[in-house]
Amino acid sequence: MKSTPTKRSRAAKNGHTPPADGDGRWNLRLYVAGQTPRSLTAFQNLKNICEEYLQGQYHIEVVDLMENPTLARGDQILAIPTLVRKLPHPIRKIIGDLSNTERVLVGLDIQPRQE
Amino acid sequence: MTKSNRRNPNNAPGLLKDRTGIPGFDEITGGGLPAGRPTLVCGSAGAGKTLFAMEFLVRGATLFNEPGVFISFEETDEELATNVSSLGFNIKQLIADKKLLLDYVFIERSEIEETGDYDLEGLFLRLEHAINFIGAKRIVLDTLEALFSGLPNEAILRAELRRLFRWLKEKDVTAVITCERGEGTLTRYGLEEYVADCVILLDNRVENQISTRRMRIIKYRGTAHGTNEYPFFIDENGFSVLPITSIGLDHKASTERISTGNSQLDTMLGGKGFYRGSSVLVSGTAGTGKSTIAAHFLDAACRRGEKALFLAFEESQQQIIRNMRSIGIDLEPYVKQGLLSFKNARPSTFGLEVHLALIHKAISDHKPQVVVVDPITNFLAIGDARQTKQMLTRLIDFLKNEQITTIFTSLTSSDNTIEDSEVGVSSLMDVWLLVKTVESNGERNRGLYILKARGIAHSNQLREFRLTEKGIELVNAYVGSEGVLMGSARATQFAREAALAAEREDTRKRRERELQRKHEIYEAQLLALKNHYESEREAMVRELQEPEVGAANQRVDMAPLRPADVDPRMDENGARKARKGNVR
Repeated sequence: MKSTPTKRSRAAKNGHTPPADGDGRWNLRLYVAGQTPRSLTAFQNLKNICEEYLQGQYHIEVVDLMENPTLARGDQILAIPTLVRKLPHPIRKIIGDLSNTERVLVGLDIQPRQE
Repeated sequence: MTKSNRRNPNNAPGLLKDRTGIPGFDEITGGGLPAGRPTLVCGSAGAGKTLFAMEFLVRGATLFNEPGVFISFEETDEELATNVSSLGFNIKQLIADKKLLLDYVFIERSEIEETGDYDLEGLFLRLEHAINFIGAKRIVLDTLEALFSGLPNEAILRAELRRLFRWLKEKDVTAVITCERGEGTLTRYGLEEYVADCVILLDNRVENQISTRRMRIIKYRGTAHGTNEYPFFIDENGFSVLPITSIGLDHKASTERISTGNSQLDTMLGGKGFYRGSSVLVSGTAGTGKSTIAAHFLDAACRRGEKALFLAFEESQQQIIRNMRSIGIDLEPYVKQGLLSFKNARPSTFGLEVHLALIHKAISDHKPQVVVVDPITNFLAIGDARQTKQMLTRLIDFLKNEQITTIFTSLTSSDNTIEDSEVGVSSLMDVWLLVKTVESNGERNRGLYILKARGIAHSNQLREFRLTEKGIELVNAYVGSEGVLMGSARATQFAREAALAAEREDTRKRRERELQRKHEIYEAQLLALKNHYESEREAMVRELQEPEVGAANQRVDMAPLRPADVDPRMDENGARKARKGNVR
């Protein structure tokens, strides 16, 4: 369980993944800690982005670590809020309240990183 | 008054301390780390930070029943468990017993995209969950600085760290936070500004190609602590700090005396030998029998049933045992009985501090009552005189504190003055025996002095010191008109003196006889003189009587011529009586 993130991180480092082409299902998990304004903002931002770019292809799971603190260990969550792209592989992590849409798109590999 | 008492770490009610259980560390800190507060442990790579932190938890769990959480930012749980198991900690069992919880926090910057405001609540929740899960009293964050490389926003991170330390205090867990040492600063990211209660610096320096680990307490708010650099040591049993300098001069002074193993030497030392707990220096040139004196002492101790430790830096155990057999001391049975233990090492194998640590450990393990260090001069090969003296000072302090009687042998070079003990440690010693060789008449003989013996009325005599099959023998050296003589010269001198004495006796007897004869002559002469006098006297008396007799006879003869007179012969007796009366 512990070594999984390491492997995934290596994969992420080595092979640059092509942007998801849309037919794959986007499985996103948002980690929050309680119903804080920041969590709510993050959720709202995520929802907006998904609706705009991944309409119909996404699934958002919200994990409240206040309720399930053990889950923080699995995905190596430190920062709150953290968005984890479980699918498509490889796993990607985005931290922050997702207010910077451009960076969210880059982070999720929806849009290629712009120089 | 009350204020100053409160500052006293021993009974300060405000500042509770959490014992680490790390040998030596609790002594230098006066009881351990500040309980319920964070402590920063910084040091460069390989200084032993992780091990210190892990030992803090393991000992807390095993010795004080305080469960602990280890949050690792660098090594996975498996790596950690493997690494520390080589140091004698079985953390898998502790984890199974819920005494220890390992949590590997992985952070990879390339995986993380910052998209806005965030905090580290996730970390907090993980810590909280871990702490609550096993009821932890202790927590380790190893190395927290990994966050700086993982999270790009330093402003957020610093704010969160400040919150973290506050939060840890609220949770009332004793925390150890390890940090990499920075250039010119204690920590690379200045974490010391958040953790203000206790800062410990670990260091690993290489001098003369020998590395020595040292520890220093830079800061410990609200308590007195040792400020020196304390050497420490990591071996198969983990961490050991050597708080030897902190002991000071308050050790007990025993009045018990123990034998040196040689009755004649005991006699020289006021008849009873050394004080228990004293340090004895035996110095001398090569081959003077220093180790033999030491072996005698060990032999006597083991015979009394005491435990002894032989720290040999020149010979192997087998060699010592064999050599001592040649003078009638068999140490092997004591080894088998577990009374005597040997620690043999070449001085150059380790640094001075490590040697000190090893000695410290050997003593803690074996718990001897007498120790022999043979010889101390070899330490000069790895340190200069000052360092060696410092190390020996600490060693002596430690031994004295433990009430261990110790013999240190010291090799002096023969060309300079013999009192010049090379290490300069003689002032630290209570008793100083000097064994020197005296070369004369083509032979070398050993002489033994007691240069000093604190608190013991000791002999000022030079004794000839001989190694026989039955051990050491101390013989009265000849000290007289011919100077100091030893060996065959002494024997010759004694023979010569015996001859002289016989001659003197002879002369005396002759004189006596002469006197007797003179007396006899005198007596004889006296008798002769007396006889002579007597005879003379008699003659004189006779002479004195003769004229009267003549006159009387004349009168008698004339009477018939005068018929008118009364014949005196008629009344001869009466007349004679009258005459005699007249004479007298």
